[in-house]
Amino acid sequence: MIQGIPHKLGKTLAGGTLAALIGAGAPAAAQDGAVKVGIVAFLSGPAAGPFGVPARNAAELLIEHINQGSMPPPYDSAGLAGQQIQAVYIDEAGGTTTQVTEMRNLVQRENVDAIVGYISSGSCLAVAPVAEELQVLTVFFDCGTPRIFEETSYKYVFRTTPHATMDSVGAARYVKDKLGGVSSYAGINQNYAWGQDSWRDFVAAMKSLEPDAEVTTELFPKLFAGEYGSEVSALLVSGSDILHSSLWGGDLESFIVQSLARGLPQRSTMVLTAGEPEMFRLKEQMPDGAIIGGRGVNSVFADDTELNRWFQEEFSERYDTPPVYSAYHMAHAILGLKAAYDKAAEGAGGQVPSEDQVIEAFENLTFETMGSTMEMRLGNGHQAVGATAYGTYKFDKESGQPTVVDVIRYPAECVNPPEGTTSIEWLEAGMPDAKCG
Amino acid sequence: MLTAFAILIDGLVYASWLFIVAIGLSLIFGVMKILNVAHGAFYAFGAYGAATLVGLYFEAGLPVAGAFAAMLLAAVLIGVILGGILERGLLRRVYGRDEVIVLLVTYAVFLILEDVLLLIWGADSYFAYQPYVALGNVVVGEMIISTYDLGLIALAGLTAIGAWWGLNRTRSGKLLIAVIHDREMSTTLGINVTAVFAITFVIGAVLGAFGGAFTAPKISVTPGLGVEVIVIAFAVVAIGGMGSVAGALIGSVIVGLCRAAAVHLLPEVELFVIYAVMALVLAFRPQGLFSRAEARKI
Amino acid sequence: MPDRTLLLLCAIFAAAVAVSFVMPSWAVFLTTIAVAKALVVLGLMILWRTGLVSFGQALYFGAGGYAAGLAGRWLGLTDAIALCLLGAIAAALIAWVVGLLLARYREIFFAMLSLAFSMILYGVLVKSEALGSTDGINIASATFLGYAPSGPAQVVSVYLLTVLAGLIAASVVHVFLQSTIGQLTAPIRDNEIRVEYLGVSARAVVHLEVVIAGALAGAGGVLTALAVGHIDPEMAYWTTSGGFVFVTILAGTGSVIAPFLGSLLFEMVRSFAMAYAPETWQLMLGAALLVTILFFPGGLWSLFERRRARA
Repeated sequence: MIQGIPHKLGKTLAGGTLAALIGAGAPAAAQDGAVKVGIVAFLSGPAAGPFGVPARNAAELLIEHINQGSMPPPYDSAGLAGQQIQAVYIDEAGGTTTQVTEMRNLVQRENVDAIVGYISSGSCLAVAPVAEELQVLTVFFDCGTPRIFEETSYKYVFRTTPHATMDSVGAARYVKDKLGGVSSYAGINQNYAWGQDSWRDFVAAMKSLEPDAEVTTELFPKLFAGEYGSEVSALLVSGSDILHSSLWGGDLESFIVQSLARGLPQRSTMVLTAGEPEMFRLKEQMPDGAIIGGRGVNSVFADDTELNRWFQEEFSERYDTPPVYSAYHMAHAILGLKAAYDKAAEGAGGQVPSEDQVIEAFENLTFETMGSTMEMRLGNGHQAVGATAYGTYKFDKESGQPTVVDVIRYPAECVNPPEGTTSIEWLEAGMPDAKCG
Repeated sequence: MLTAFAILIDGLVYASWLFIVAIGLSLIFGVMKILNVAHGAFYAFGAYGAATLVGLYFEAGLPVAGAFAAMLLAAVLIGVILGGILERGLLRRVYGRDEVIVLLVTYAVFLILEDVLLLIWGADSYFAYQPYVALGNVVVGEMIISTYDLGLIALAGLTAIGAWWGLNRTRSGKLLIAVIHDREMSTTLGINVTAVFAITFVIGAVLGAFGGAFTAPKISVTPGLGVEVIVIAFAVVAIGGMGSVAGALIGSVIVGLCRAAAVHLLPEVELFVIYAVMALVLAFRPQGLFSRAEARKI
Repeated sequence: MPDRTLLLLCAIFAAAVAVSFVMPSWAVFLTTIAVAKALVVLGLMILWRTGLVSFGQALYFGAGGYAAGLAGRWLGLTDAIALCLLGAIAAALIAWVVGLLLARYREIFFAMLSLAFSMILYGVLVKSEALGSTDGINIASATFLGYAPSGPAQVVSVYLLTVLAGLIAASVVHVFLQSTIGQLTAPIRDNEIRVEYLGVSARAVVHLEVVIAGALAGAGGVLTALAVGHIDPEMAYWTTSGGFVFVTILAGTGSVIAPFLGSLLFEMVRSFAMAYAPETWQLMLGAALLVTILFFPGGLWSLFERRRARA
């Protein structure tokens, strides 16, 4: 133990704290001619591996190439309206209070011009009003809850990814189209908003598509439980035709390993709405015949365009693994931002556009992204809709690669609610006006 | 009938897992009066260590049977190294202090180890499923049970017997019990309490790592593994009583069966059934079900 | 001595109000969060004098936050002062009920039982879709007796209310600790049976402490909810409780001013650690805690106390 710490040290500590609070506000402003962007994703914890780190990697890759002007057309001009992008990366961990604090720090201490981020719906819901208050352009890239633009309208907040209702509706449609009819289904979803909402949407969609199918059991294991022995037993006992699950990351991997060992996939076909990233990790452990979704036309479901080929090649080479859907989501956001900036600059006669001009350009924008197109059509032009696709898993033994077969693509108007109605209302009304072509 | 059977098996499997994880914590508290929050980190390190070792083992193409030895080796190594460093380097400085202070020291260690884990192994998940899958499954009527899970039940039983025998039938075990009852008196009688503490802590760490190592083949080893485990282990130890092997066993079985029943019959309460049971038990028996009576200070 | 602390509190309050005009907005926000947290820590401080550590203050913190949020949503109540009182009272009621059981326990069992109760609330909140489950709900901006600020003015208003609440709470707790019952808190830890010989029910005193700590935590929860504008079940999770205990140790228990200093330092360290070491911030916090425990056993406050102790 250190004895006799000088009294002065204590006073210094207090004084230093105060000074830091007042003085450290010395704004770390962006360099001239640069756009400072805050990027927020999970860099620690269980969501880092499947979502946060791939997203950050995608951001790094894209920002570097955009700055150099070496992206394929139509994004081959350098920078955002000619300005270089300077990125600041923040970990989304720590809870919503921490995230709100960090957003304020990003805007008022780091002086960012825009923020791209947020995987957790809780974060998105909490920071959206703060973004409005601070008047900072914010682009949500991954969070799934439909509530953002259905409960409030925003000027500064955008989301370049369709919300999670699309995933459940797509799944229900694929089940009907591919499997013909099912008589029973069960669900295992994590016990928190994402899992609860995914199940609720799936059940509502199934009710209108297959009203005769019955629910045999609904399980909600704790988030990050890891251990699903009882759940697998319950599912074996209930013996439904299909099993819906929005499990993700480590939980999904553990569940698959444990089900496989006990023969569950042979009894119930699995429908994994967030299963795409785990395909690459589980490989031959993922059961053939499982129905896989990638939260949009991402990764293996993406259209074969030059932009997509470029992304797949560059990302795989640099990070030793193909880009999963969260990487695609981040790419959508950054490309959307660039498209908005470039369009605003055009409208401003080649000058650097103001934030208001960028916002105006972003609203109702349609832009091309890796293997798909995003249309900012809902939420008064702030919420994107896009197509989705589902496929059936097949592990290609010769090449040792995970693949999907029997892919069915559903256009945006088929699986997204129209403007003016909430997702729940639309689902309960039987998805009127859905155009599935 | 089928459901009842499923609940029984599931309950026992979960209970085995709980017991293996919680026994180390219970011992450390019983002997040293330290509630070791870092136990979660031992578990996590054991899981990662085993996953890595098993991965290397199978890459070398060695036969499956040896994989179990590899897992055991991983657990022992991790437990001895981590536990040893922690005990000698850190805990010795704070032994005399308030129980709660020591708890907070272990909490600080837990935070540090969580990030060390991330630095060593990164954010990705690891698999070691080969041992799990290799043992196949057992079909009982409509139920398909994994042989590995049954093996875990056997393992838990062995551990319990081993712990009980070690404590009650060996000389060192009896010295341990003496220290549990009265530390001062033990020192007076010439028992090297410092050595006892060190050995107990390392054994507890090995048991924690052991829990992680043998769970690894069933799950995907991801960051944040340790956080959930701590609270559950605490609950089991609180129910069973600190420092009691029988208590940890009974506590695990109760919690395991309750949880299995909840999943099959009333899934809504599954999330907090373990805490409700804990509150209930503590309400009637504050020391847990099987704790050792302590004399009151006057 | 009592007067001195109260005077110091008033001086700090005045300084805090004055400084709000110069501090950048993010710093005002950070300080608001720190002071709200310090209210919870004040309660923990009282409990710790009796040798009790509650690992479940998140129960009252979350209860206070949700009471305020739901009152806003269902009753349309947005007045910040009313919400504060509502949250504190709701938390106090829960504390009174929980305390009936909790007051019989000591040491580790007290800690674990308090943990259990907070996790039960967490489970209920997560399960409840009506309350938003893990996504939580947004709270409408606070009003102050009719005054409805927005933007930076809102941030400063909540800050001023929080600092005022801090002053009142610290003063009340200080006076309490000087009172007869307050002075009995420490003896109960030393030798409970002898305190009972004096004719005082130790259980009743502990029960009272639980209620006071609960009310303080509830108030802290309301203020945090108003500042952040969002409530979610994480407010009731055990790691939130852990954070409060962490600050209690960091701050030390020598004076009612200690929690505020400790909380402020903690928020700053955490914020800078997250910004500049996004992948190792937990490690830094853990190291800070260890350093405090090993080298500053009385917490940070002991740095201020030494001079007086030598006399």
